[in-house]
Amino acid sequence: MQSVEKNFDVIVIGSGHNGLVNACYLQKAGLNVLVLEKNDWIGGAAVSRELHPGILYSNCSYVCSLFRPEIMRDLELPKHGLQIVAIEGGTVFTRDGDYLASFRNYHAKKRELERFSVKDSEAYSRYSRDILKQCRFIQPLLMRTAPDPASFKFRDLSEMLYLLRKVNDLTASELADTVRFWTMSISDFLDEYFENDVIKASLAVSGIIGTALGPMSPGTAYVLLHHYMGEVDGSIGAWGYARGGMGAISKALTSSFRAMGGTLLNNSEVEKVDIRGARVKGVILKNGDEYLAQNVVSNADVKRTFLKLTDPEHLPPNFVKKVNNFKIRGSSGKVNIALDSMPNFPVISDNNPCLKGDIHFTDSIERMERAYDDWKMGTWSRDPFLDMMIPTLTDPTMAPPGKHFMSCFVQYCPPKVGGQNWTKENKEAFGETVIQQIADYSPGFKDKILHMEVRTPKELEEEVGLTEGNIFQGELTFDQLLFNRPIPGYAQYRSPIKGLYMCGSSTHPGGGVMGAPGRNAAVEILKDLNMPDSDIRDAYEVL
Amino acid sequence: MIQSNGKNDRDIIFGKPLFRSPFYDFFAAQETEGNWYNWNGYKSPTIVSDQELEYFSIRSTCSVFDITPLNKYRIVGSQAVEFLNKLTVRDVAKQNVATVKYTLWCDQDGFVIDDGTLFRISDNDFRLCSQEKHLPWLIDTSHGFDVEIIDESKHVCGISLQGPTSASILRLLGVNGIDNLKPFHLFQTKISNIPIMISRTGFTGDLGYEIFLKNNVANKFIERVWNAGTNHGITAIGYNALNMARIEAGFIVANIDFISSDHAIRPNRCRRPDDLGLGWIVDLNKGFFNGRRAIINSKLEDSEVFKIYALEIDGKEPAEGSIIYYNKKDEVGTVTSAIWSPMTKKSIALAQLKLGSSKSKKDNLWVEIYSLKELQYHKLMKKVSIVKPPFVNLSRRSACPPAKC
Repeated sequence: MQSVEKNFDVIVIGSGHNGLVNACYLQKAGLNVLVLEKNDWIGGAAVSRELHPGILYSNCSYVCSLFRPEIMRDLELPKHGLQIVAIEGGTVFTRDGDYLASFRNYHAKKRELERFSVKDSEAYSRYSRDILKQCRFIQPLLMRTAPDPASFKFRDLSEMLYLLRKVNDLTASELADTVRFWTMSISDFLDEYFENDVIKASLAVSGIIGTALGPMSPGTAYVLLHHYMGEVDGSIGAWGYARGGMGAISKALTSSFRAMGGTLLNNSEVEKVDIRGARVKGVILKNGDEYLAQNVVSNADVKRTFLKLTDPEHLPPNFVKKVNNFKIRGSSGKVNIALDSMPNFPVISDNNPCLKGDIHFTDSIERMERAYDDWKMGTWSRDPFLDMMIPTLTDPTMAPPGKHFMSCFVQYCPPKVGGQNWTKENKEAFGETVIQQIADYSPGFKDKILHMEVRTPKELEEEVGLTEGNIFQGELTFDQLLFNRPIPGYAQYRSPIKGLYMCGSSTHPGGGVMGAPGRNAAVEILKDLNMPDSDIRDAYEVL
Repeated sequence: MIQSNGKNDRDIIFGKPLFRSPFYDFFAAQETEGNWYNWNGYKSPTIVSDQELEYFSIRSTCSVFDITPLNKYRIVGSQAVEFLNKLTVRDVAKQNVATVKYTLWCDQDGFVIDDGTLFRISDNDFRLCSQEKHLPWLIDTSHGFDVEIIDESKHVCGISLQGPTSASILRLLGVNGIDNLKPFHLFQTKISNIPIMISRTGFTGDLGYEIFLKNNVANKFIERVWNAGTNHGITAIGYNALNMARIEAGFIVANIDFISSDHAIRPNRCRRPDDLGLGWIVDLNKGFFNGRRAIINSKLEDSEVFKIYALEIDGKEPAEGSIIYYNKKDEVGTVTSAIWSPMTKKSIALAQLKLGSSKSKKDNLWVEIYSLKELQYHKLMKKVSIVKPPFVNLSRRSACPPAKC
């Protein structure tokens, strides 16, 4: 075994994209950084794994929409091989044998909407305008540490002032819209613009993905914003596939990190953060190895970090209680499929590009809400909502020509079934529910399956480390955002323990393969170490 | 197979997403430059064959421009007037049957959504034409009125005949009554048995007519018009030529000279009728209409706003997209449309400027023009004078009967 030094300036627990972004920035600033990954593979939930010979699976996260371009540039990720390619298309199949497609071409998109409702097609521009207005308001907050409203420190006050100024820039009606937007349900929001059920269902998707809420639950309109944030700049490729699968992001980050001299160890699961004399000393691995550092950054979610990796004796009781109550409910599963050939959807012509985007089978908000009802009753949805993608129609590097990888994000899927742990039978039945839904629209689909991986929240938690399999490391509801994310008073990436930091999606601004939490945490850590953060670029201005 | 036919229809949407007007084949046959643009979802010619010659056909003979891509809403019902009075800023009750009025409509904040022309076909039958799409807004506004709103955009096509010989061509086509048709008036008639609605309107500031008809007779119609115009210099034109004429006429275009409040994303981009120089058409005495209270309140405010101005600029360089300065250093606004005007032999422009109440500012305005000559910019600072539009005022535009030529 190669010998590794045991002393580092910083140890990052977990090689998820935020952990790697954080590690890169700190290494770049001149610190000696060690990243520890429990798995054999690198990347947490941003991975490409060859689970069937010759076919790469983005078996966790499956699309790149939010990864900040400033970070890609700072860390020279394009030089390290990262390419995000634009996605064409998208479609919802309807039960009456039709489909509603979506296209990049504005007029094709509008004409397709016209097939369902002329009024809705025209309303779409007002809808996009209002979404864009809201995104413009929020997007600049992504790459800034949220202010602590209870603090009188100069920078908290000035950040609060920045927030207030932004609010002040809004007209009275815009402010009212913003408050409504942050609190209302996606279903109510869409009712203000659209009349057609299929159109509403196709747009409601972004309001529920990754969230243990239904489209009629208050707060889901904000979740939609979170998904649209990447589009604000209107820059080409804001939404896209990472060429080579989502693991390409982790691969480029790893390459950048190593090129700067960073150390990364896989198969190194951290058992405990070593805390002595009320400050961090390092970490102890499951295998007994110890690594020393004055600063430890956890890429794990807030529950895992403070309820598993840290002994509670070091933490204030109210903090532990808040961590316990942090909403990180598992609501989704994943079915990853290798296909012998492209599935046939008879209603759609072969040359229709809409299959290159996200494919859904849920054609009404009502059906989504009923799917959520099943989850509330403690079981997976009998008629689940699928966000299905076939990246190999766009990316030639993931499978041999003609073969395909299909990613099915499935909602809703509970962390426990009827209060009991997932059994093998339940898992198989869950997988079958998903496959059957696809097969209903694609005859012969089942015969094309070469290999299939079913991941319930149980596997997502055990394999990736996401508590309850929650993809955002905590729900994106207003009570858990900004200076309340993850916990009031601890929204600035620090913890109650000196030297212990958080950098995962549990922190502001939340989940998605965005990289902003990792970057923002690096800014705070460098501040504590009195080191310059001049290599960390500010967010591009929104004109 | 029924299913596969359906598929093909749907495949057109991504295969050829731009609509083709019923006159598409006519223009495509004449077009030599491959210069098309996307106007409201229609594939439309920017230039047919020669921009300057096309422009001069507007000013000297007769131009043919396809106005099919305009949105056309038919508004019918016993409360059509009441509905339109709520929607638009003019008093529609005062608009006579068989006339056309230029009008505006605003949102609840008094910001202009769009401008357009309102055709009163009969007491309870109107056609509203606009650059942008407004069906949701029209339907929302119609709540509680006995009125039906029909989007005719895809069923009715239109041709604009503009230029000094346009009346003569229509006479040749046997359009009786063309001599008595006053500006902004309309009537329904037939050309070779093709029913048409003809109005003496246009976007050029010249003598001209707009004709609306059903899609299915479009080919036959354009053929007749074209043949009748052979000896009168009839010329098919694209958008660029029309744009030159409309700037000379001082007409503004939504989302070019001002941002429709339906599209405005950034704060302070919305404009009220006064800001567009169109306060005079707003009738505050007719009772409630969308935006009325906000417009009244805005008159009480003393805030500085951008307004649209017509400008003459020293020198011959057009000032497209240029920044306007006060005293050569303080930015006060941007040029939104500009050309070298062949009729006036001046560089003219429409611009949005924030000048406040100070009168003196108007006498010390400059425009910074970057003129690209053989890959190098000549940076010019030219004197600007504010003038009253139109830049070109032609007596033939309103002469009745129109001159025979």
